[in-house]
Amino acid sequence: MGAKRALGASAGGGPAEVAPRIALPTPALPLGEAPAHPAAEARAATPSGARLSVRDFSLYYGRHQALKAVTLEVEDRSVTAIIGPSGCGKSTLLRSFNRMNDLIPGVRTEGTLQVSGADVLSPATDVVDLRRRVGMVFQRPNPFPKSIFDNVAFGLRLLGVRGRTELETRVEASLRSAALWDEVKDRLERSALQLSGGQQQRLCIARCLAVEPEVILMDEPASALDPTATARVEELILKLKTSYTIVIVTHNMQQAARISDRTAFMMMGELVEMDTTRRLFTSPAKKITEDYITGRFG
Amino acid sequence: MSGSATVAASPPGAATRPSVAVRARQAWADRACHGLLAALAALVFAVAVLILYETTRGAGPAISALGWGFLTSTSWDPVAERFGALPYLYGTIVSATLALSLALPLGIGTAVFLVELAPRRIGEAVAFLVELLAAIPSIVYGIWGVFVLAPWLRSALEPWLIAHLGFLPLFQGFPFGIGMLNAGIVLAVMVSPTIISLSREILLSLPGSLREAAFAMGATRAEAIAVMLDGARPGLLGAAILGLGRALGETMAVTMVIGNTNRISPSLLAPGATMASVIANEFTEATGKLYLSALTEIALVLFALTIVVNALARLLVRMTMGARRDIAGAA
Amino acid sequence: MPPENFTPLASRGRGLRRRAVNAAAIGACVLAAALILLPLALIVWHLLAKGLPAFGPAFFLHMPKPVGEPGGGMANAIVGTLILVGLGALIAVPVGVGTGVYLAEYGGGRLSAIVRYTADLLAGVPSIVVGVAAYGLVVMPMGRFSAIAGGVALGILMLPTIVRSTEEVVRLVPQSYRHAALALGAPRWRVLQSVVVPAAWSGIVTAIMLAVARAAGETAPLLFTALGNRFWSLALDQPMASLPVFIFDYARAPYDDWNRQAWTGALVLLLLVAVVSALMRLTTRRIAGH
Repeated sequence: MGAKRALGASAGGGPAEVAPRIALPTPALPLGEAPAHPAAEARAATPSGARLSVRDFSLYYGRHQALKAVTLEVEDRSVTAIIGPSGCGKSTLLRSFNRMNDLIPGVRTEGTLQVSGADVLSPATDVVDLRRRVGMVFQRPNPFPKSIFDNVAFGLRLLGVRGRTELETRVEASLRSAALWDEVKDRLERSALQLSGGQQQRLCIARCLAVEPEVILMDEPASALDPTATARVEELILKLKTSYTIVIVTHNMQQAARISDRTAFMMMGELVEMDTTRRLFTSPAKKITEDYITGRFG
Repeated sequence: MSGSATVAASPPGAATRPSVAVRARQAWADRACHGLLAALAALVFAVAVLILYETTRGAGPAISALGWGFLTSTSWDPVAERFGALPYLYGTIVSATLALSLALPLGIGTAVFLVELAPRRIGEAVAFLVELLAAIPSIVYGIWGVFVLAPWLRSALEPWLIAHLGFLPLFQGFPFGIGMLNAGIVLAVMVSPTIISLSREILLSLPGSLREAAFAMGATRAEAIAVMLDGARPGLLGAAILGLGRALGETMAVTMVIGNTNRISPSLLAPGATMASVIANEFTEATGKLYLSALTEIALVLFALTIVVNALARLLVRMTMGARRDIAGAA
Repeated sequence: MPPENFTPLASRGRGLRRRAVNAAAIGACVLAAALILLPLALIVWHLLAKGLPAFGPAFFLHMPKPVGEPGGGMANAIVGTLILVGLGALIAVPVGVGTGVYLAEYGGGRLSAIVRYTADLLAGVPSIVVGVAAYGLVVMPMGRFSAIAGGVALGILMLPTIVRSTEEVVRLVPQSYRHAALALGAPRWRVLQSVVVPAAWSGIVTAIMLAVARAAGETAPLLFTALGNRFWSLALDQPMASLPVFIFDYARAPYDDWNRQAWTGALVLLLLVAVVSALMRLTTRRIAGH
């Protein structure tokens, strides 16, 4: 199992990849051949299979400490859920992976945080590139006030994709991966704001997928959606996990139990416990975890 | 809502119950108050009507004597009683357009600076200074334009333009220093605070999720700003048109620097005149009823033009920001 | 789908170009801000450099001298501006504050909608058009240029600012104040007079000062209403000197000495506007402190 993971991991996001992330026909290369583009090494998960690695990570908003020495690892191509009561720091932790906390003035961090083996907290990190590789889906769908096509093409255009054929191909592939293509294929030029909430959220996922990220961060992605739309998003997450590493913050424990492989429980800025989902929910190690899960508080 | 006092029933003999007469007096006082305030409000409406009435009445003789030709003729001969306002219409539009083409990029750029780029203290200082710019009276801009800007244009910028861009009819002619270019620059400075403050409000009213989504997709700051500006387009257009409205009506600074000739010239270096400047210059000199009436007709055209432009601007801003009544007073 | 060999996305978009465009765009915005402030610096600099020499008590106390005679001041113009603005306020304050209170308290009907729209409209009317209207309304019936005509013109110009700001400030008075007063048995007009208006008073005063500061600098509407006066005159039915018109005349004159006095006059005018604005800011800060 370890060897298989290592093989798949070392092939990164390039042409040597076995299972293409989106339904793009790519030239197939034999396994083990060196990837064609320079940044492939940074793209590999660490040999241990961890795509995200957090060690003694603390975060301060001014004087207030929001995260306290968090240490955890997120496996490549899995779904990890982060649960906990309001204000426990789960969103803050999530937003640290793609340095979105930088947008808030007065934020300070300690410790290390690695994505695909590379430290993302150092000033030398190319944050713009990091955010392509680590995508984010927000609680309230936030499509741009542009057409459906232009929304998905947005990230592509930032990367310099200009050819109409390439744009159309990639946009269609992303919309298919997000299970939205059939619903919008006849109205790609219409405004994205005309879609329903669930459709907008899947559009945001498609927009995220278009730039071929390695990790997808989801901050309570279904909390603003009705049950049907929620179910579709959860279905989509299960489908996506074969190609992407997904970290999802949720306050809905049943959701975490349904879709995640591993779950982390946080409280007051600290990581209390992290385990496979089944073990955390059936026999948690700490009493406080059990109290939260059984609804005694939160 | 009637204001007559309602007092809870109290034990008989209590002195707190107002008599019927008192309550009637209070009801009358309330109606009088309402009536007085309504009358004052109606007075405001009356003022606007009076302005419209007065300018129309004053323009009457000219309208009937000169007809539509007034707007297309270029001859302005008070002695022969031939009046044509085209040079002034031309001057107004050209100076305002030039002003906007300078003020719009500078204004929106400054607004972006204030909203997205400046650290808080610097941003506050700059915003304060922009407000100062807005408070400077027009006449002060005028003397600055005549005594400071004109010499500089005459000796530095205009010769440079003639030398390097003189193949365009736009930059041909003699470097007088005063003229359309001077007026355009002064107007641009005067109109910028309006554009800046309104653009700033519009950018601040954009939902924060738009900015977040752009950054989360891996946009650079400039790319994220481009997304925001794109989302604010109708409102920014409204700001531009509001600035245009201001530029159209500006009088004193323009009068002092535009040269005041009634010739239409394709060159920006040439002197000209605007509707406002010709009225300012000639109204007190106007001998003869038709002369005065012609000038009043120009005032009427200016009036109508600014009403239309301002209404359009308000519509566009309302579309972006929801109902906002006080944008016309911005800066 | 025909097989396409697209360049992998991972190797794209990291080049110098995006970073260069980003830096250029940010630089352009900073440059824009600097360019906007440049005229401000220049104007203040020149006002001080050219206006200070003749600045002094003499300027405020002396009358203008004929051409060729050195010295002289703009005493009549300074006093004239104060009188004209005072007249304007006399018209604009009662009407404006009353209208603002009306719109805030009894707003919602047809009259309110019309008046609100009218106030917005008036705010956009060029001041010279107001001058032309005032000419027809006051100067022609009176048969002469007068301070009253100038005051009317300035009053009309001050009206929209006062109306709009008063309405905003009165709206901000908490409903709880009104309810408390009504519950105590006060009639509506008493509620307005003794509770609402006093609560909004600082804001109203601020609005008036803003209008006054703007009106003091207005030139165009005075050109053919109050006209101007080289002599000392306090008569309201005669032409009256004003600082802006004085500056205008002296700046256009072909005499160096007069041009210099124009600069000093401009400095005085700007100081007047600055003082009023500073007072306004102090009042606002006091409200915010409540």
